[in-house]
Amino acid sequence: MAAPLTLLLIVAVTIRAALFRSSLADLISERVEVVSPLNAWKRVVEGLALLDLEISPYSGDVFHETPLVIYLFHFLVDYAEITFMLADCLTAVALYLAVKDYNKQVFRKQRYALEADRYPMDCLELIRSPKEMYYIPLKVAMFYLLNPFTILSCVAKCTCGLNNAVIALFILSTIRGSALLSAIFLALATYQSIYPLTLCVPALLYLLQRLYIPVNVQRSSFWLYTLQYLFMFLGSLFILVGLSFFLLGSWDFLPAVYGFILSVPDLTPNIGLFWYFFAEMFDHFRLFFLCVFQINVFFYTLPLSIKLKEHPVFLIFMQIALIAIFKSYPTVGDLSLYLAFLPVWNHLYRFLRNIFLVSCVLLACSALFPVLWHLWIYAGSANSNFYYAITLLFSVAQILLVSDYFYAFLRREHHLTNGLYLKKKDGSEATLVLK
Amino acid sequence: MGLLSDPNRRRALIGMLTRLNAPICLVCYMAGVAWFMGLAFEPFTLRTYMSENAMGSTMVEERFPSGEAALATGREFAAHKKKAGGMPVDWLVRTMQSKGLEVFTQRFSRKLPFPDENKERYMVKGYNVYGILRAPRAPRTEALVLSAPCSPGNDNNQAVGLLLGLAQYFRSQIYWAKDIIFLVNEHDLIGMQAWLEGYHHTNTTGMDWSPLQGRGGSIQAALSLELSSDVVTSLDLVLEGLNGQLPNLDLANLFYAFCQKIGVLCTIQGKLPRNDWDTTSGYSHAVQTMMLMVLKQASGRPWGDHGLFLRYHIEAASIKGVNSFRQYKTDATTIGRLMEGMYRKLNNLLERLHQSYFFYLMPSLSRFVSIGYYMPAFGLLAVILLLRALDLWVQLSSPPTITEDDGTEVPSSPGVLSILTPLVISHLTGVALYTLPILSQETAVQHFPVSETEAVVLTAIAIYTAGLALPHNTHRLLSGEGTEQGWKVLKLVAVLYLAVLLGCTALINFSLGFILALTLVPLAAFITPHVPKALSAFLMVVLSPGCTLLFAVFFFQELQETPVSVQEGWMLFLSVISQGILDHALYGSLVYPLVALLVYPCWLLFWNILFWK
Repeated sequence: MAAPLTLLLIVAVTIRAALFRSSLADLISERVEVVSPLNAWKRVVEGLALLDLEISPYSGDVFHETPLVIYLFHFLVDYAEITFMLADCLTAVALYLAVKDYNKQVFRKQRYALEADRYPMDCLELIRSPKEMYYIPLKVAMFYLLNPFTILSCVAKCTCGLNNAVIALFILSTIRGSALLSAIFLALATYQSIYPLTLCVPALLYLLQRLYIPVNVQRSSFWLYTLQYLFMFLGSLFILVGLSFFLLGSWDFLPAVYGFILSVPDLTPNIGLFWYFFAEMFDHFRLFFLCVFQINVFFYTLPLSIKLKEHPVFLIFMQIALIAIFKSYPTVGDLSLYLAFLPVWNHLYRFLRNIFLVSCVLLACSALFPVLWHLWIYAGSANSNFYYAITLLFSVAQILLVSDYFYAFLRREHHLTNGLYLKKKDGSEATLVLK
Repeated sequence: MGLLSDPNRRRALIGMLTRLNAPICLVCYMAGVAWFMGLAFEPFTLRTYMSENAMGSTMVEERFPSGEAALATGREFAAHKKKAGGMPVDWLVRTMQSKGLEVFTQRFSRKLPFPDENKERYMVKGYNVYGILRAPRAPRTEALVLSAPCSPGNDNNQAVGLLLGLAQYFRSQIYWAKDIIFLVNEHDLIGMQAWLEGYHHTNTTGMDWSPLQGRGGSIQAALSLELSSDVVTSLDLVLEGLNGQLPNLDLANLFYAFCQKIGVLCTIQGKLPRNDWDTTSGYSHAVQTMMLMVLKQASGRPWGDHGLFLRYHIEAASIKGVNSFRQYKTDATTIGRLMEGMYRKLNNLLERLHQSYFFYLMPSLSRFVSIGYYMPAFGLLAVILLLRALDLWVQLSSPPTITEDDGTEVPSSPGVLSILTPLVISHLTGVALYTLPILSQETAVQHFPVSETEAVVLTAIAIYTAGLALPHNTHRLLSGEGTEQGWKVLKLVAVLYLAVLLGCTALINFSLGFILALTLVPLAAFITPHVPKALSAFLMVVLSPGCTLLFAVFFFQELQETPVSVQEGWMLFLSVISQGILDHALYGSLVYPLVALLVYPCWLLFWNILFWK
């Protein structure tokens, strides 16, 4: 399997290198869909320039990266293109290894269940075979590396690619069962953009499951492990923040990075839901709606983790998707991370209901973004409502996609316990209805 | 959301849509065409009205007195132009200075990618002369432009004369709150392009021009005047700009309102408004006017010197004087008063024109159709593609044995190769069609007895035709037979591709999108490998984008009441292609790259499906 992966990496790097050399690179790095005020390369360069002049990069309202990123690029600024390509490759390889491990576990679990005769007889067609699972890790890497969204994001040198790499490493270390590394990478991801905080729950659930510790509030082992993990997580987060303070010598970065993410002062249009609402909002409602909008990312964590406590990896996927949809400055790079996971849920394909509709809408929206942007900004004939309509449609399609996968996952689990061909009490064929 | 979650209702709906797919598609197509034709019917259209308050309620009085003097200046300009053999720069500078303007000149030069045989130019060198009348009453942050072209021969001398006359008259008035720039541009759009790029400090087309020495404020509106006779019978308003962009409808309303007030006959597309909408001839008159607008807009070229202003967010239109055999004549003083009135109203603007519509079609100067009314016509055509895609999707996913391991959803299986190969090959053909004609002109000229322009056009046509041989080559690259599954997936991809492509085109340039949809949608709907080959191949060629252009050329001539013979039509077709390529190279018109890089490859995909083995 190493050979196809290497080939894939070479192809991906070639495409990116070619695009970096073409005139498209400048165009792409200006697109609001690809870069946000939070992670645009232009702003990193600006921050670096300020740093070189020994001025705090956070003075002024341009730079919103974390101090570690700016110090990383302080050394790597001449190799920025290679860094971003490497980050993409790293993400792909990490996802590849993670999914490979995860599939092994899924298969092992399935074998135990089969041996214990826990599946109903008519569910044999739902059982996954090693043959169909063999190519999934490669497909995941391919979905990530060859996804046009990832390529655009990388060519625009959007630092979102680095965040994706950190999250991918977090997923890998979690699935490998290394609690310390998992906590460190999670802390790093949280340090970068706050929202990955919600991934704490699925990671904890996964690690508990791996050690056969039941999720039970009365058990001391559960609390012990949870506290241990949280301690590692908060400890590394504390170290990271402290390190930033010592590097920079001031706390400037806290409001400039986290305040900027949470209070959404920059209303440049992007593919998310915030900008239009807050551009229209009266100031005295602003705080309230800010809370309402921000809580969306965190709100679903609890119900989802209760529902999916047996399936933490699926929960990770759901959380990443929710973050990409509801975060304050989303870019297409955020999308590409959770889209890469779709091949893992290939077996849910037969239960998906709206996949055709959703893929059509996502496709059409991706094409309409630049068109309506052109009409609004350059031609002056359309206005922001046109663009926001597409943003809204894009988000709705993503939500439909995620909820469709959620439904399909639950339905498969339901069939695995209750049999595939459900009968009503009178013997006729039953249908499952989600209401 | 019941429809999305209740499986029974979904099944019923999808069942109905697939069972009745063909009739629904047919009905949609007819309805789309009928809707479009209905747009010209007067009861369905809206009367134009002024939306901009700053231009509506304020009364202005037009007092321009000196039409005769302006014509005399025009004659003087003509004499100097003849003597200089081009733009009489020194004379213009002196004259403008004597009228009290700040005068500047701009030199520009441009080498065309290949000689333009219509206008007989290749290495273009020229001057723009412009004078700025500084606003006495406001901080000079905004400006208006009045331009007149310095054309070769005896054209447009009166326009320049009137421009200078207006400049002199405007100078003596005290109410200007915006700078007024009087521009005389040489080599029509090329000069305009140079001036606009200089004014806005951009250089999008690699043109060589000297920087502007003087600038006014941000330009709010611009009018371009074309006048070639001392008296006119009517004034024609030209709106269509680059890439089918239109100025705000209020500009057209302003022109119409002043024509009514002063009593000048005004036309759009050279057609007078008529009142007999309930008769057949009245209706067909409206349809003709609208179709002319649609065809002009679809061509994506600027139809007057104003066309390039629109790209910079400046509302602009051209006003052309027409002198026909009508009894009633209008003299230069009246036209001057009309221009004065329009500029005074524009002078009153507090913000850019934005109140009225930007997307509209005009079946007559007093009536318009807005985007909300014409989009359904396109939507009805586009929905056919979606219905066909749904039908294909259901067909592809209904036998459960196939969905399990069909390999079309997942890359890296052989299925994806049979889709990717035609996609890549047809797009490469598109790239060849886009790049080769200009690159290979020298080679072609060396080996064949043709001029450069002919070489470019004929190469384009040759590549276009050569694309028809592709299916055979595509299949040679593929191992094994094309399966039933294979073409369905390819068609699904092609249909969705076409839908997105046409949708985006229609948003930017409705007319182009609609005309392409009119021909490509039926083709996309009925093509399968199982229809009679010869007949469908013939139909496909007839409905291909190239032939659509050929028909459009004949149709346009027919509408303009200057029918051409087949031979002339073909020559015109060739010159239209060369114009399209030139427009792209000179001004950045998007129609040629759109057709070459996207529409043509998409059509090739359907051609591939027809010859699927």
